[in-house]
Amino acid sequence: MSTTAATPLLQVKNLVKHFPIRSGLLQRVRDHVQAVDGVSFDLEAGETLGVVGESGCGKSTTGRCILRLIEPSSGEVWFEGRNVTTLDKDSLRAVAREMQIIFQDPYASLNPRMTVGAIIGEGLVIHQMAANAKEVEDRVAKLLQTVGLSPDYMRRYPHEFSGGQRQRIGIARALAVNPKLVICDEAVSALDVSIQAQVINLLEDLQQEFNLTYLFIAHDLSVVEHISRRVAVMYLGRIVEIAPSRELYTTPKHPYTEALLSAVPIPDPTVKRKRIVLQGDVPSPIHPPSGCHFHPRCARAQAQCKTEAPALRELAPGHTAACHFPN
Amino acid sequence: MPLLDIRGLKTHFKTDDGWLHAVDGVDIAIEAGQTVSVVGESGCGKSVTAKTVMKLIDMPPGKIVAGQVLWQGRDLVPLGSEEMQKIRAKEIAIIFQEPMTSLNPVFTIGEQIAESVRLHEGLSKRAALDRAVEMLKLVNIPTPQRRINDYPHQFSGGMRQRVMIAIALACNPKLVIADEPTTALDVTIQAQILELLQSLKDRFGMAVMLITHAMGVVAEVAQRVVVMYAGKVVEEASVGDLFARPLHPYTQGLIRSIPRLDTAAIHKVRLEAIPGTVPKLIEPAEGCRFAGRCKYVTPSCHAATPPLVEVRPGHKVACILHPAAP
Repeated sequence: MSTTAATPLLQVKNLVKHFPIRSGLLQRVRDHVQAVDGVSFDLEAGETLGVVGESGCGKSTTGRCILRLIEPSSGEVWFEGRNVTTLDKDSLRAVAREMQIIFQDPYASLNPRMTVGAIIGEGLVIHQMAANAKEVEDRVAKLLQTVGLSPDYMRRYPHEFSGGQRQRIGIARALAVNPKLVICDEAVSALDVSIQAQVINLLEDLQQEFNLTYLFIAHDLSVVEHISRRVAVMYLGRIVEIAPSRELYTTPKHPYTEALLSAVPIPDPTVKRKRIVLQGDVPSPIHPPSGCHFHPRCARAQAQCKTEAPALRELAPGHTAACHFPN
Repeated sequence: MPLLDIRGLKTHFKTDDGWLHAVDGVDIAIEAGQTVSVVGESGCGKSVTAKTVMKLIDMPPGKIVAGQVLWQGRDLVPLGSEEMQKIRAKEIAIIFQEPMTSLNPVFTIGEQIAESVRLHEGLSKRAALDRAVEMLKLVNIPTPQRRINDYPHQFSGGMRQRVMIAIALACNPKLVIADEPTTALDVTIQAQILELLQSLKDRFGMAVMLITHAMGVVAEVAQRVVVMYAGKVVEEASVGDLFARPLHPYTQGLIRSIPRLDTAAIHKVRLEAIPGTVPKLIEPAEGCRFAGRCKYVTPSCHAATPPLVEVRPGHKVACILHPAAP
């Protein structure tokens, strides 16, 4: 593995996660949920890669496998030239400091028995990044200010805050240990739009200030499109298309991307668009359809799509899609 | 006369800290066959307004403190539960956000649709089940003959919402209240459900009160829009006027704070967030409730609550920047 300047900060290679389904008295493995089924992408330092897809497409599992919060079944995750998937516990901890995550539910992801100061300062203590308690406190105060909260809040408990404020606390916790990569897993999805805009702007400011790299996982296409430089679209455990965000919106190559984009309501009654309404539901990831996973719902499907899974191929510079008959 | 005319409605809740003014003087009128969208963020009182119309508020702790809910001219507020039962489902039906919790898990889908028509239309068991099959066909559920014998857990989220719509429409109501009907669904399934609602509305001509937080959904389905903030209506207009000329600073902020797929990707502009958070509604002070977050705030905004006044034909706003048309 060369470590030249061109090496991406994060490389995910053929990542697979199959969750076993156990049943019966002996809890034998009966089947597998193929949550992530061969995902590969690169992430450059300082960029934001958005990952979109509907429930069950494997976007959150991908994020968690990168941090090894869930152990991947196979595949590799390279972070700054180190293969994260083979690291032992101690080495993983050192890498984990540089890769942080912000979760969706600001109500469930903060320990209700800890003060805000203890929550934010925990990482500093674990990674021995502060010499003494005073230094931890100073750093927490500064972090609270960075995310737009009063330093006085450090002695309070999470229940005293609104959803938007809690998400700011979650961001301060992630930033405390000076990470390089932040995985935002539906980080603004639970927030009301006026608060959501505040948090999106904050994330953009922090990226500038600390040169952060984001993997921004969300189901809301408008939000992902807004914040990301590039966007990956997932469907049933696979990436079906990756492109610069503007290109993905203006010239989608994969029919699933096209349908997904056309389904997003535009907040302007004068905009009338042709909507492609997909029939049926997303199939089960236990026995996904053969060949291209999207073929049963695709208007363009041919015989080849049922038998042969299309590989991701570059159709325009930086624009790849996995489709036998792309636009 | 409007089909539904909510006048000066106040629904408050008793809490340990005092009375919570969840709905605090709301006026909404819906004409027959019209789609009116009630939009606002968490805690603005939109769902409580809908539940008050249906008298689905637990009292106590809730209390209808003031106002009228005129249904075809008759006030529903003083009605007892037996009389309300006759109006629910048969005249006004409601669809909730979470179809899993609003369906009974121990009855088949067929039984749940049939129950409502047997109760309200006095059909026989056989005829009621036939109606259930017909309703499932109407909401595009494949093989309805077989599926009436299935239980809610055997349906996906989108399919369950179709079943809820089937139950709501089974007695041919004049008004359907849809409380965040697509919020729990994926965007492609949301598109299916919105399309279904629209086609059923075209066919049966019922009025729809669509409660949502999503401005995109509003733009797509509503004819008139009511914007709520902190228990009050702050603006009401036709959908075209509201998006073209939003008058209330809150409505303006709400529209500008949403990233737009059609333009955002092309001109990466910074979102215009509304600073601050929604005020606490426990015994709120006099004055405009948006004043604390408003960039145009003046001292008189805190002095008195601005009334909702018509400033142009069919366009009402509650803001001192926009006095009533002479």
